[in-house]
Amino acid sequence: MSLLEVTNLGISFGGLRAVDELNLQIEQGELYGLIGPNGAGKTTVFNMLTGIYEPTDGTIFLDGKDITGKRTADINKAGIARTFQNIRLFGDQSVLDNVKIGLHNSYEYSTATGIFRLPKFFSTEKEMTAKAMEILSVFGLDKSKDLLASNLPYGKQRELEIARALATEPKLLLLDEPAAGMNPNETRDLMNTIALIRKEFGVTILLIEHDMKLVSGICEKLTVLNFGRVLSQGKTSEVLNDPEVIKAYLGE
Amino acid sequence: MGFLTYLINGLSLGSVYAIIALGYTMVYGIAKMLNFAHGDVIMIGSYLVFIGMSNIGGEQTGVMQVVKVVVCLAVSMIICAILGMVIEKVAYKPLRKATNLAVLITAIGVSYFLQNIALLIFGSNAVSFTSIISWQGISLAGGALKITGNAIVTIIVCIIIMVALMLFVQHTKPGQAMRAVSEDRDAAVLMGINVNATISLTFIIGSGLAAIAGALLCSSYPALTPYTGSMPGIKAFTAAVFGGIGSIPGALIGGLLLGIIEILAKAYISSQLADAIVFAVLIIVLLVKPTGILGKQIKEKV
Amino acid sequence: MNAYKKLNKSTQKLLINIVVIFAVYIVVTIMDASGNLSSLMRGLLVPVCAYSLVAVGLNLCVGYLGELSLGHAGFMCIGAFTSAFFSKAFQDTIPDVPRFILALIIGTAMAAIFGFLIAIPVLRLKGDYLAIVTLAFGEIIKNVITVMYVGKDSNGFHFSLKDQMSLGMELDGKMIINGAQGISGTPRQSTFGLAVLLLIVALIITHNFVNSRTGRAVKAIRDNQIAAETVGLPITKYKLTAFTLSAAIAGVGGVLYAHNINSLTATTNNFGYNMSIMILVYVVLGGIGSFSGSIIAAVVLTLLPEMLRGLSNYRMLIYSIVLIGLMLFNWAPSILKWRQQHGLKAILSKFNKNKEVQ
Repeated sequence: MSLLEVTNLGISFGGLRAVDELNLQIEQGELYGLIGPNGAGKTTVFNMLTGIYEPTDGTIFLDGKDITGKRTADINKAGIARTFQNIRLFGDQSVLDNVKIGLHNSYEYSTATGIFRLPKFFSTEKEMTAKAMEILSVFGLDKSKDLLASNLPYGKQRELEIARALATEPKLLLLDEPAAGMNPNETRDLMNTIALIRKEFGVTILLIEHDMKLVSGICEKLTVLNFGRVLSQGKTSEVLNDPEVIKAYLGE
Repeated sequence: MGFLTYLINGLSLGSVYAIIALGYTMVYGIAKMLNFAHGDVIMIGSYLVFIGMSNIGGEQTGVMQVVKVVVCLAVSMIICAILGMVIEKVAYKPLRKATNLAVLITAIGVSYFLQNIALLIFGSNAVSFTSIISWQGISLAGGALKITGNAIVTIIVCIIIMVALMLFVQHTKPGQAMRAVSEDRDAAVLMGINVNATISLTFIIGSGLAAIAGALLCSSYPALTPYTGSMPGIKAFTAAVFGGIGSIPGALIGGLLLGIIEILAKAYISSQLADAIVFAVLIIVLLVKPTGILGKQIKEKV
Repeated sequence: MNAYKKLNKSTQKLLINIVVIFAVYIVVTIMDASGNLSSLMRGLLVPVCAYSLVAVGLNLCVGYLGELSLGHAGFMCIGAFTSAFFSKAFQDTIPDVPRFILALIIGTAMAAIFGFLIAIPVLRLKGDYLAIVTLAFGEIIKNVITVMYVGKDSNGFHFSLKDQMSLGMELDGKMIINGAQGISGTPRQSTFGLAVLLLIVALIITHNFVNSRTGRAVKAIRDNQIAAETVGLPITKYKLTAFTLSAAIAGVGGVLYAHNINSLTATTNNFGYNMSIMILVYVVLGGIGSFSGSIIAAVVLTLLPEMLRGLSNYRMLIYSIVLIGLMLFNWAPSILKWRQQHGLKAILSKFNKNKEVQ
């Protein structure tokens, strides 16, 4: 059984068919790429997978459980976390707190415990901080823990968003254009980081990317979308040599 | 027959609300701010008409009376329009790029300012506003249904203003500029539209109309104090939200509905609870349709 | 001193705030005892604390939940009337101290319950729509209270929405809520000391709340609701929690206020949108998100018109001009830029730089 099993997924906005008949299987531990020209519907797929949009038809199964049309927060609890193309951090909070918010559902004490500062507050907060620092250190963000998230440099903000997503202990991590706006050096670092987190956190990754170097460098399998439909699907090397794909990317 | 009388009174009050609501809705649509001081511009307009009417050459009859009313109204409109423009330039324009909340508080400051200026000049005692409409109205069905001149004129004036404004917004260049700025201010700038002038124009029109609304309001409810504009202002604002803030037909529908609900609630349920009922209806409408009757739904892009 | 340094920054700030409030309390008490406090000022002590409490509550809503409420006077009103009702109704049956404690609990709890019930529909709306609906709720609360008639006689409680006569009370009956005249003769139990104590407690509670797991979630929802959903936060639950707490604190302000005046009425200036707006002015001027700022603004802006009393009619005019001026000074981007270049801080830092060069 695949970790993610998407069958005949489709969505319409008014008369516009943004995604149509998408089928996708991602196995446990895979690093999977979703590529395609601008406006092909890639982010829309992410939005359906995370419950921000409700699909018009089709089903999404995660680890054998039907999560189609479930609410975003419940889908996260089921095991999907994501990042955004236009970074969405909690800008007015510290780097550390951003990750601690990601840990919210893994550690628990009541609102009253927090208000009255009962012993459980102190012990749980300590554990949360330790765990958050552990995640931050993977990205070398541990030194910036007290900075406001919005004051981090752009590339670091992208990494913090990944760290926050990882804090929710997902089975499947969705990365929406993680290399957008990075220079070649930063992109190379990012490739190493992605490889590292897959190993350290044992997480399956689905990513949207335009940078072909990154895609061909780390993705094992690819799906190419064009005008909301699957153009090609399969092993990275095969897909990238598919004449249809070359046509869509380079024009005729 | 009682019901019809109430309905017409409600339409008349609703027409006043609709004219005031226009001021709120246009400013909100174009400058994206709640102009809390709008109600107080109405009060200033009413005082101006009051001064004119009581100081210009004694009792008039017939045509001369109409001329006098028109002159007083016109002067009041011009002064209010200038006042509206100055308020925008001095108090709101510097804050255009600041948070909405800052502009809101400044508008509240302007509201206090206008109230206290009026308090200094006119004192806190109510003055009795003489109706600008001396026509007694008509009596139908053998006297069973009386419609006051105030009600008829108010409703007609409201219709004229609405039609004129719609034509203005749809078919003139400044009107199109207003629609463009309300749709997307940044894009409007790129298209060479003078946003500052457009916002000024909006305040000028809204405040000028406030002068008419004040005169009509006080013709039906003659006790004029520095706080006269406050509650009708809040209610008209409610009417604007009710109809879908930013929409001119919405202001008309919201204003009329609010006026009718208020008068009917006063007549049939409880005069003391009328305000509570009006606000309760607003809440219900917004819960069913979160952006008001004619409002547009805006979704955040992810 | 070492223990102090070990605390994090926000806790340090809280401690400083408490010490300052306590110091002010002592100074004012000494001034009062030595006859250096005008009766007018003395009369303002408890109301200032009450307004401060409502402002702290509203700041939780505006600054941390990120939603604008124009109806917090309504929650203050509920706290005031339910607690005054209780105190008046059981004036002869329960001793002073436990009665006041119960009244405080009842007033706070009722404000919280109403806050919760109102929040369920209201928090589905956004931005200005949410603001106008809270304003509407505040007006409804005020309006309904002005038509309530409640009396108590040997047969128990009587209730009417019409008038006093329709209560049909026995001869021994007494009015508790008398329509537009409200509640008169509530025992005056709000002392300045008590008010200061409640204010400090409210500061501690809000500080602990916003710096806890729940508080972080509330702030996350404020900063970016969609991101908050994707990390699994239950949005509605935390919005409701924060709004309810905010209403409860406003309710405490109401309890204090009610037990400080002889005749409690629900007029527009006491509990209507005018009051809600006044409190909002405190919150915005004091700094959105800064609880101590709200208190300072409430104190300064309540005392300012009183200090300008010599100017008689001009005082409220000056107040409004100061308000507009302060808003422009603090928020206008062009003025902020000028302040960055030519303000006190800029001059000082230039001075420091020069020193370093030497």
